[in-house]
Amino acid sequence: MTTALFVIFGATALASALLAVTRKNPVASAMWLVMMFFGLAGGYVVLEAYFVAAVQVLVYAGAIMVLFLFVIMLLDLRSEHLMEEEAPRMPILGVAAAVLFLAVSGIALLNAVDDGMFPDAAARATLELDGSARAIGESLFGTWLLAFEVTSVLLLGAIFGAVILTKRRLT
Amino acid sequence: MIHALANLGLGMLHQPIAFLFGFFDRAGDGSATFGWVIGKILLVLLVTHVILILAALMVWAERRVSAWMQGRLGPNRVGPEGLLQPLADLGKFMFKEDVIPGHVHKVMYTIAPLITVIPAMITFAVIPFTGSFETSGATGDTFIQSWQIADLNIGVLYILSVTGLGVYGLTLGGWASNSKYSLLGGVRASAQMISYELSLGLAVVPVVLIVSSLNLGDVIAWQADNGWMAFHQPLAAFIFMIAVYAETNRLPFDMPEAETELVAGYHTEYSSMKFALFFMGEYTAMTVGSALLVTLFLGGWTFFGLEQLGWAMGVLIFSAKVLFFLFAFIWVRWTIPRFRYDQLMWLGWGIFLPLTLVNVLLTAGALAMDQAWIMWILPLVLIASILIAAWIGWKRDEKKFQPLSDAPGVIPAGAATGEEASA
Repeated sequence: MTTALFVIFGATALASALLAVTRKNPVASAMWLVMMFFGLAGGYVVLEAYFVAAVQVLVYAGAIMVLFLFVIMLLDLRSEHLMEEEAPRMPILGVAAAVLFLAVSGIALLNAVDDGMFPDAAARATLELDGSARAIGESLFGTWLLAFEVTSVLLLGAIFGAVILTKRRLT
Repeated sequence: MIHALANLGLGMLHQPIAFLFGFFDRAGDGSATFGWVIGKILLVLLVTHVILILAALMVWAERRVSAWMQGRLGPNRVGPEGLLQPLADLGKFMFKEDVIPGHVHKVMYTIAPLITVIPAMITFAVIPFTGSFETSGATGDTFIQSWQIADLNIGVLYILSVTGLGVYGLTLGGWASNSKYSLLGGVRASAQMISYELSLGLAVVPVVLIVSSLNLGDVIAWQADNGWMAFHQPLAAFIFMIAVYAETNRLPFDMPEAETELVAGYHTEYSSMKFALFFMGEYTAMTVGSALLVTLFLGGWTFFGLEQLGWAMGVLIFSAKVLFFLFAFIWVRWTIPRFRYDQLMWLGWGIFLPLTLVNVLLTAGALAMDQAWIMWILPLVLIASILIAAWIGWKRDEKKFQPLSDAPGVIPAGAATGEEASA
């Protein structure tokens, strides 16, 4: 039952992701991306990571994608405009980014397997790993505090970039 | 006295229902039984229908109450006091031609009304509408068992994430209609929702911090022990209420459908049942918003011990509180005029966001100090600082926006007519 559900949600996420990059209409793309976030959230629920699932929907589907839609609608982006401005180097960059991502995630996954971070069901039960808000909060603000703070600095940099781009004159 | 009443009236009802609850409960080891599944399905059907019927009745109430406030009669012909008016409306909606204009994006145009209704409805799954007090034998402690469709440990997060999805219906409806007024309504809806969702979420954070649980049953249990959250967190309750008004697009924040500016905003191009679905979505969202406000800040189904009379009393208390806030929605709509769009944005980003952030920080600090008296003094400090801030703002605005008649070069209206009369 659990495996079947996981496969269904995973397939939904994959199919929606594919549709999101292949659709010509920007609004349709955005909506398929929302669908993909639901697929991911469903996967998290099956893995009993309820907190992550809720936050996935809350942050990505509920806030960020609404902002995307807002921008798409405000700029009135249409497929014709996008076709004209398509950069010739885009496919090369895309492939490079995909290879880099696969390399990094593959190395991380292999390391995790070596470190025994995928225990079987019996070992998991003794570890008391759960997806509760408390467990996630403790690991986020305890073990992984540095990574958390570095990520927030990254986001701060993005905010500065946006402010500088929108300001015409810097006085 | 109260217990005698309980034994007389509600006690008689309580026994068979308690037996039913037993039949519909999980097995002793927590596994699902046939009766439990059937019970849950019945409960889902019941709650769904109550919400839908309430939405229909709200349309009637809105028209009657607005008429009452304006000294009119309102719809009073169909049924007693016009109570069957929703049925007449329904018949009209059903038999009207369902026009799909030729210039719309058909798929999005069709699913947009559905996206408005569904998130609002499924939010109700985690809201506890009644409960029971049980005494554990050894220590004699009472503990609260809340009744809802799904008892989620992350109930608060579930609600915040699902209610935020309703905006897709409005935004997509506005975009798919391919008309400038609809598009403007949709764009306004998305911007407004994002702005107020921040304040809405941050207003809930102090509640979660104080209760230290994301479970709505725990929130109610805490309030049953320590008093309503609105007394501990008046600022959060106030901002939450206003953010709910903004999230449901009710006046004074109905920018997405502002009739005087955008014809009817995002649903200009809709007709028949699709149009009715947008309305059902709005009224369902109002019901859910009221239920949330009641659950998080006003003790849910508890009322100073009255709920101990039995589960039926809990339902009554909860319904009464929700109905009061539904009335308040109508009350406010016909009292306060619409905000200007820039005022709406300023209120969300410039006032509510900083206030909620400060509230979260202060509450967290007070909790960290772990002193009982700080928790009591915090609401007073917050209220005092807001009043002072409001007074300063008032004084500043008084200087900036002096009445027209005081401005140099403007002749007061009365004086002008007086001169004309004498001349």
